[in-house]
Amino acid sequence: MLQLHAFANPQRFLRLARVVLPWSAAATALLLALGLYLALFASPPDYQQGEAVRIMYVHVPAAWMALFVYTVMAAASGAALVWRHPLADIAAQAASPIGAVFTFLALVTGSLWGKPMWGTWWVWDARLTSVLVLFFLYLGHIALSRAFDDPTRGSRAAAVLALVGFVNIPIIHFSVVWWNTLHQPSSVFRMGGPTIAPAMLVPLLVMALGFTGYFVTVLLLRVRMELAARKLRVLRLGALSGAVPTGSLVAGT
Amino acid sequence: MDRIAAFLAMGGYARYLWPAYGLAAVALVVLLVVSFKAMRARERELAESERHRRKGRRNETQA
Repeated sequence: MLQLHAFANPQRFLRLARVVLPWSAAATALLLALGLYLALFASPPDYQQGEAVRIMYVHVPAAWMALFVYTVMAAASGAALVWRHPLADIAAQAASPIGAVFTFLALVTGSLWGKPMWGTWWVWDARLTSVLVLFFLYLGHIALSRAFDDPTRGSRAAAVLALVGFVNIPIIHFSVVWWNTLHQPSSVFRMGGPTIAPAMLVPLLVMALGFTGYFVTVLLLRVRMELAARKLRVLRLGALSGAVPTGSLVAGT
Repeated sequence: MDRIAAFLAMGGYARYLWPAYGLAAVALVVLLVVSFKAMRARERELAESERHRRKGRRNETQA
C-alpha cells in the first residue's frame, strides 16, 4: 500500500513514465512486427475458413483489449472516487479513447469477418449487441469527462458511468454461453484450457501482447498530456487571481 | 510474382482481410500520433508558462 502511494505522486509518476515509455514503445513495435509475421505468413490457413481466419489475429486481440481497457478504466474510476486521487482520475480519462478505438476495431473487423463466414455484416445477437453497448459506454465516458469546464467535476460523473457500465463486461464475456448467438464461444479463456491449435494460439497471444504494449505506451503519453494540461490550468487560474495555488498537481514543480 | 499475387489474394478473401488489417493499422497509428503530438504541445506550453512565472517572481523581488 505504501509503495502504491509512492507511484500516486504525479512527479514520481512522470519520472517513471519517462523511463518506461521508450521500452514499452520498443516492445510494442517488436511484438507487433513478430505478430504480423506470424499472423500473415507463418500460421496455417484454417481447414474450414481458409485464409479468412487471419482476420482473427486482429479481431480477437482487439476485442480482448476492449474488455481489458474498460476493466482498467473502471478500476481507476473506483480508486478516483474512493481516494480522490487526481492520477487515478487522469488514468481513467486517458484510457477511454484507447478503449474506444479497440472496441471500434473489434466491431469493424468482426463485421468484415462475419460477411464471408456468416453471410452477414451484422446481427443483433447478444455478443455483438453487448459490444456495441460497450462502444457507446466509451463514447459516453469521453463526452462526459470533457463536458465541464472544471475537469474534476466532469470526471466524477464519468467515474460513476464507468463503474455502472462495468456490469456490461461479464455480460459480454458470458453472452456466448448464456444466449444462443451466431458468435462462436470462447476457445482460449475457457474451463479446461484453450481448444485452439498452438500454431494459431501463439500468433494470437503475440498480437495480444503487442496490443497491450500499445495500450501502456499510449496511456502513458495521454496521462502525461493530461497532467501537463491540468497544471497549466492551475497556473493560469493562479495568474488571473494573482496568487499561485498550492494544489497537489503544482506542488513540487 | 505469382507468389506475391497469391499472397495478396488471400484465397479469395482479400477484400475482407486487407481492409481489416488496414483499418486497424490506420486507427492505431492515428491515435498514437495524435496522443504524442498533444502530449508534446501541452508539456511545451507548461514549460513556457513556468518560465514566465519564475521571471515574474524575480521582477517582484527586485522591485
